[in-house]
Amino acid sequence: MAKTAKNGKRKIVINPVTRVEGHGKVTIVMDENNNVEQARFHIIEFRGFERFVQGRFYWEAPVMVQRLCGICPVSHHLAGAKATDMIVGVDKIPVTAEKMRRLMHYGQTYQSHALHFFHLASPDLLFGFDAPVEKRNVIGVIEAHPEVAKKAVLMRKFGQEVIKATGGKKVHPTGAIPGGINKNLSLEERDALKKDADTMVEWAVEALELCKKITKGNLEFLLNFGSFESNHVSIVREDGCMDLYDGKLRAIDAQGKKIFDMIEPLEYADYLGEEVRPWSYMKFPHIRSLGKEKGWYRVGPLSRVNCCDFIDTELAEKARQEFMALTNGKPVHASMAYHWARVIELLHAAEKIRELLDDPDLQGTELVAQGTKREKGVAWIEAPRGTLFHHYEINTETDQITLANLIVSTTSNNEPMNRAVQVIADQHLKGKGESEITEGLLNHIEVGIRAYDPCLSCATHALGKMRLHVELVDAAGHLLDEKFRG
Amino acid sequence: MSKNTVNIIIDGVEIEAQEGQTILQAADDAGVYIPRLCYLKGLIPGGHCRVCTVKVNGRPASSCTFPVSEGLVIENDTEELTTLRRTVVEMLFAEGNHVCPACEASGNCELQAMAYRLGMLAVTLPFLRKPRELDATHPDVFIDRDRCILCGRCARASEAEGKRVFGFEGRGINKRIAVDGEHGLKETDLKAADRAARACPTGCLRLKRIGWKVPVGQRQYDTTPIGSDIEQKQPVG
Repeated sequence: MAKTAKNGKRKIVINPVTRVEGHGKVTIVMDENNNVEQARFHIIEFRGFERFVQGRFYWEAPVMVQRLCGICPVSHHLAGAKATDMIVGVDKIPVTAEKMRRLMHYGQTYQSHALHFFHLASPDLLFGFDAPVEKRNVIGVIEAHPEVAKKAVLMRKFGQEVIKATGGKKVHPTGAIPGGINKNLSLEERDALKKDADTMVEWAVEALELCKKITKGNLEFLLNFGSFESNHVSIVREDGCMDLYDGKLRAIDAQGKKIFDMIEPLEYADYLGEEVRPWSYMKFPHIRSLGKEKGWYRVGPLSRVNCCDFIDTELAEKARQEFMALTNGKPVHASMAYHWARVIELLHAAEKIRELLDDPDLQGTELVAQGTKREKGVAWIEAPRGTLFHHYEINTETDQITLANLIVSTTSNNEPMNRAVQVIADQHLKGKGESEITEGLLNHIEVGIRAYDPCLSCATHALGKMRLHVELVDAAGHLLDEKFRG
Repeated sequence: MSKNTVNIIIDGVEIEAQEGQTILQAADDAGVYIPRLCYLKGLIPGGHCRVCTVKVNGRPASSCTFPVSEGLVIENDTEELTTLRRTVVEMLFAEGNHVCPACEASGNCELQAMAYRLGMLAVTLPFLRKPRELDATHPDVFIDRDRCILCGRCARASEAEGKRVFGFEGRGINKRIAVDGEHGLKETDLKAADRAARACPTGCLRLKRIGWKVPVGQRQYDTTPIGSDIEQKQPVG
């Protein structure tokens, strides 16, 4: 929808943005010369979890807060559990508990990445950004590539079976508890998963090959599409290895130089700040030492592959090396490279699951460790969409949560998505008249946003007084009225 | 028939009952399950929740308080009574603030299990959404009144233990479970080991720091419906 205001400026609205997790819209303001003046990705959902978890008990946090999301609740469940480990005074959970949680997390990463690559992103990649909308969707994929579509469904199923076996339920598990886990993996559960583990690695390799083929077939376009330089943040293991479950925080700049490294969870607020802006329900995190303007950063698969020194599974490491060769080992900045990085992680998760299923520690019986209660717990995890922070403080006498702060991956990718929209709008809308704004062209913007796999419900977890801008537009797209609050 | 027994008929089947028993107790002994929430074996029956309503000689009555007598004809497992009980349970859900997905009692909760057993698929009545208080003052036990169904089991259990920690206050819609302490549960002499602390059918009165220690899938009502233990019993005599 495009409309022209009195001052000659035009405003283009894409609402809703489709094939993302949640509800959002994009507005692009163009000046009288048809240059992009401003481009924004608005999150129009409202959640408020940080506020209403206050007063609840700390052991409820891992189960309650995961209800933020139906896509990667496991990440919230595990980040919450890790933060409450600290609250119950446990610095190291039993080995069986950690491996069960890791298995759960890799299952989650596997199903979430498969969902995104095949169901949300592949229609654009397989049919082209300009393909008719009737074709460019998951049904189109099922019709044109039935084998791919079938595998996508079964890959998700496998990931969810892993979650059920480790956490009791397929979507919102309850397995991780403060200090450990509430069950081990029975031999029956292990064997049921093991019989498919090799196939899941094979299919992940196929997904990688498919993604590479698509990307390499159109390399120049895809690497330039919505590309911009930025900082990147992720957790890495102490030896620099990719670690999706636990580690220390690392930030690198656009050239790959470390901004900070080996940061502990309790130090997060010293290094990262959060800014509130009036037009979105999301917060804008930034690296403190670089300030609000320059300190924004990206998270997620691309940042993890950029930040880590190596991956500790064979096939994924080989894939990482091939990926990094694109830029001679320097950070890759293309938005569309997120897809490639994501399937590298899909493969890594499958390899990790296969490796863990052979580990007898999963049948151990020491499940929970105990310690002395503390007032504060902070933890992080690499959720499928990026680094996720959970911070709780409690009243140690009543056990109630007094403060909760969450920095969710999509929140960190907020500014980058705005940049992506701006760059793509510049690349594809600049200097073109209204009649040339086609569905395919507008979809370019959505394709750019989709690369980040944003989860909008997760990103709007905060509660505060928000300003609101409401527009009333008639069927022809004329602006009839608008009101501002706040 | 011995001197102390009487015969009653439940849903067309004659069963033998002990004189002095209630209909519900006699049915339990005979392996016939009558749904209930406020009844707890060993406590004086309360007759509060009306889930155990049966028809006695054609008239509705709460089976947990109605004494047996010779020749009573009782209807229990009928569509009419199931509908009535389901509506009562639905009203309890609409009145409180029950959020099963985030409640640690899920799977062990009698209210939830009863809703499943009676085929309640959704709450069709408007939710009252009244704010209710959480009492977290006690070191080992909490009261989350959002989940209270006013069954009074805690009050009766506490009284039986000679403590009287709990009681009702207020009337009608303002009725609530109160504690014998001006500033909450911490001022009472309730101990975690008391039966009163473990008598709650829902997630309202619970021991602290238990949470999800028992995995989903291994909880009381995860595999068999509420009442199965009674139905599996061999009839007495």
